[in-house]
Amino acid sequence: MPKDSGIGASSKRREDVRFLTGAGNYTDDINIHGQAYVHFLRSDVAHGRIVSIDTAAASAMPGVVRIFTGADFEGVGGLPCGWQVTDRHGQPMAEPGHPVLAQGKVRHVGDPIAAVVADTAEQARDAAEAIGVEIEELPAVVDMKAALAGDAARVHDDLPSNLCYDWGFVEENKAAVDAAFDTAAHVTTLELVNNRLVANPMEPRVAIGDYARATGESTLYTTSQNPHVIRLLMGAFVLGIPEHKLRVVAPDVGGGFGSKIFHYAEEAFCTFAAKAINRPVKWTSSRSEAFMSDAHGRDHVTRIELALDADNNFTAIRTETLANMGAYLSTFAPSVPTWLHGTLMAGNYKTPLIYVNVKAVFTNTVPVDAYRGAGRPEATFQLERVIDKAARELGVDPIALRRQNFVTEFPYQTPVAVVYDTGDYNATMDKLEEIADIAGFAARRAASEAKGKLRGLGVNCYIEACGIAPSNLVGQLGARAGLYDAATVRVNATGSISVMVGAHSHGQGHETAFPQVVAEMLGIDESMIEIVHGDSSKIPFGMGTYGSRSLAVCGSAMVRATEKIINKAKKIAAHLMEASEADIELKGGQFTVAGTDKSVAWGDVTLAAYVPHNYPLEDIEPGLEETAFYDPSNFTYPAGAYACEVEVDPETGKVTVERFSAADDFGNIVNPMIVSGQVHGGLGQGIGQALLENCAYDPETGQLLSASYMDYAMPRADDVPFYAVDHSCATPCTHNPLGVKGCGEAGAIGSPPAVVNAVIDALQSGGKTVAHIDMPVSPSRVWAAMNG
Amino acid sequence: MSVNGRQVRGEVEGRTLLSTFLRDHLSLTGTHVGCDTGQCGACVVHVDGVAVKSCNMLAAEASGSSVGTIEGQAAADGTLNALQQAFQDHHGLQCGFCTPGMVMSAAALLKDNPRPSEAEVRAHLEGNLCRCTGYHNIVKAVLAASGQDVSGIAAE
Ligand code: FES
Ligand code: FES
Repeated sequence: MPKDSGIGASSKRREDVRFLTGAGNYTDDINIHGQAYVHFLRSDVAHGRIVSIDTAAASAMPGVVRIFTGADFEGVGGLPCGWQVTDRHGQPMAEPGHPVLAQGKVRHVGDPIAAVVADTAEQARDAAEAIGVEIEELPAVVDMKAALAGDAARVHDDLPSNLCYDWGFVEENKAAVDAAFDTAAHVTTLELVNNRLVANPMEPRVAIGDYARATGESTLYTTSQNPHVIRLLMGAFVLGIPEHKLRVVAPDVGGGFGSKIFHYAEEAFCTFAAKAINRPVKWTSSRSEAFMSDAHGRDHVTRIELALDADNNFTAIRTETLANMGAYLSTFAPSVPTWLHGTLMAGNYKTPLIYVNVKAVFTNTVPVDAYRGAGRPEATFQLERVIDKAARELGVDPIALRRQNFVTEFPYQTPVAVVYDTGDYNATMDKLEEIADIAGFAARRAASEAKGKLRGLGVNCYIEACGIAPSNLVGQLGARAGLYDAATVRVNATGSISVMVGAHSHGQGHETAFPQVVAEMLGIDESMIEIVHGDSSKIPFGMGTYGSRSLAVCGSAMVRATEKIINKAKKIAAHLMEASEADIELKGGQFTVAGTDKSVAWGDVTLAAYVPHNYPLEDIEPGLEETAFYDPSNFTYPAGAYACEVEVDPETGKVTVERFSAADDFGNIVNPMIVSGQVHGGLGQGIGQALLENCAYDPETGQLLSASYMDYAMPRADDVPFYAVDHSCATPCTHNPLGVKGCGEAGAIGSPPAVVNAVIDALQSGGKTVAHIDMPVSPSRVWAAMNG
Repeated sequence: MSVNGRQVRGEVEGRTLLSTFLRDHLSLTGTHVGCDTGQCGACVVHVDGVAVKSCNMLAAEASGSSVGTIEGQAAADGTLNALQQAFQDHHGLQCGFCTPGMVMSAAALLKDNPRPSEAEVRAHLEGNLCRCTGYHNIVKAVLAASGQDVSGIAAE
């Protein structure tokens, strides 16, 4: 029987009512009395030296309050990078400065040169057009290989080259890996591109700075996944505002997918300018601006080799990747191609030897950082593609080849540092074969062929490291922040509860799912519990939402705080019932004394805590409010198996996704409805990456070619089918109190290889010897591969 | 013009978009703006009963018209209409940003085509982008709102 409340229930989302009635409160819905508006004048060239900026005419235009340029930010900190990678030779990565407004040079199309603050948005925009900027154009560095050539123009003049770092992992294993390739019975090699994407949450970014001269307090309203991270980075590193004078509010946020983790120049600008002009300053990104200022995702070029022995056991993996950093280091950019990618190269398989080399490269493009999955989709794609290719070369069934090499014993120490605590990859594969009806594929292929279409089946597995992350571990790996989280459980006098959490909900449904956990623990109704998030002045210092961490990390903090509440409440109940604390049981919202019929209700105890007339004041404090901080001891390892069936029209090369099935192991599940929704969304994005989306730059000029929805193909309702998703295979996480693993990124990680594997399968079934097509697998690429 | 049945007046610059008028002049911030090329559908409202992208229409063009927005969809006591309720029941929204446009678009479809097929729903919503849901539960919600049995459609 499905439950109707508490952990495991598909409780309907309470946040929906405001969103369905237009009553949401997104950042752009906030207007502060007297606010001015900023418009950023952005570079229209990819690379150039700023010769002069003439703001005289623009300053005289109607409504203009003030025009800022890079010169106004001399002496102000640049945007910081939150992760330092150490290279193969023990040297720190190259870390160039990132000014709020360009100083000296512009380094990508969209780099902000000047900011016009005016009474209205239209006036700011009009005045920006009147600014005279002279730029001496320099050769644009776009292609990563070319960027590393000795004679390439340099994105940063103060760096010796465009190389950010040359990372080897695990460097000590390199010789053994090379030796394993020398003795392999079979080696499969694949070169591929993981296409550059734009996260494209439907809500563009917005920032509003506000300054109270009387108190010296700054407030930033911003579209962020992690208000405290922004407060930390902007306060400490950019503007030098102490925490107690800086409030960061991220209200309803219209999706993030990673792109709203990072600290952006516009946030610092609005906070800075509000103080400078003593007036609130608002910026609302247009979609066109979003394309050239939101951090992009992926953009890896990889060569992967898989070595197998004569029995088709995987013996070694060797990879070389070029990873695009763009023009500056975005907040967590250096960690994505390294620690979020190299550590996942074992996948679901017991390959004993792995070596990963990554060269991160500066180019004259928008900075690249984490996008849904972040590093793990790149790892999964190359691994699952090369395994598929190996199966075809060896003439073996791709599912059987995977099963043969699965990790089956846990905990499992991979050769790439991480330890998988638990999992059952055969179980998810069994489940996949069932829900995808793999046995029925042959008949469906025959039906497609009868219509003149080719049909292909692609299968793959994935594993991800989520619940980011153990602070002491990531600290050793270069993280410059702790990655714990925090929750405060405030029980009110009448028994209702406010839970203040560090996690941020921008679509994940925390306001519904988190109360289910507390309600289950206390045996009270979910509706008595509300979640407060998104305002640094109201919540404890937590680190926000990304890396599928909210429930695994912040949820664990909430459980710990609730446990403290229960312990204290039992003491109060023991006093009220004149019983021993050890005999008190809490069930269904009632405290009872074991073996007696004595009981007091939840509300009696909470009232006693705040009206402590009959209360053991000498032993315990009044009130009922507890905070817990939780730092995980390991990552969590969601894993699963995905299957895609496509039809390919041989006349046009058009690929249609006919079926998509996902069998995931997320450990324990709090709200199955929300979990399915998270998977659906990830699948939509993964299918989008595989078939449609591509962020393209002109290789000569560095112009952004896909700068709007006219040129960047977003997945639409008629591009995807209904999905079959299942998460009944559950091996609970062994080290967090809920046994949960995280589900936010799985769909985007696990789906691209299934789609491409399916297309290759379809083409080969039509007698084509196509081994690989790069994403997006567009009709023109398929047609070229078939006819090339 | 009338908005959600209430007469409103305003002086605007010629270039003011209907979306801007609704959001900034009338504080009806339920209508969202997700792009500047008329492609995302977050801004869909009804003008004289027809679904239009309010970012693609000048406020002046809607002068004298009857405009319906997401704020006017629920009953006066706050009860969700059948389509809104289906979106909640079937988890047809996550971040909620595309939702007003989706609901207004889908309402227009159901008015013209009370029992659309899955393909018709998908084709009709082609101009409404959602980045969160992968469209599964949106399509399901619209089919459910039209009174069709969606219990056979996989998953929660
Ligand atoms: S705002 Fe995107 S279509 Fe109107
Ligand atoms: S629910 Fe977030 S864009 Fe659709």
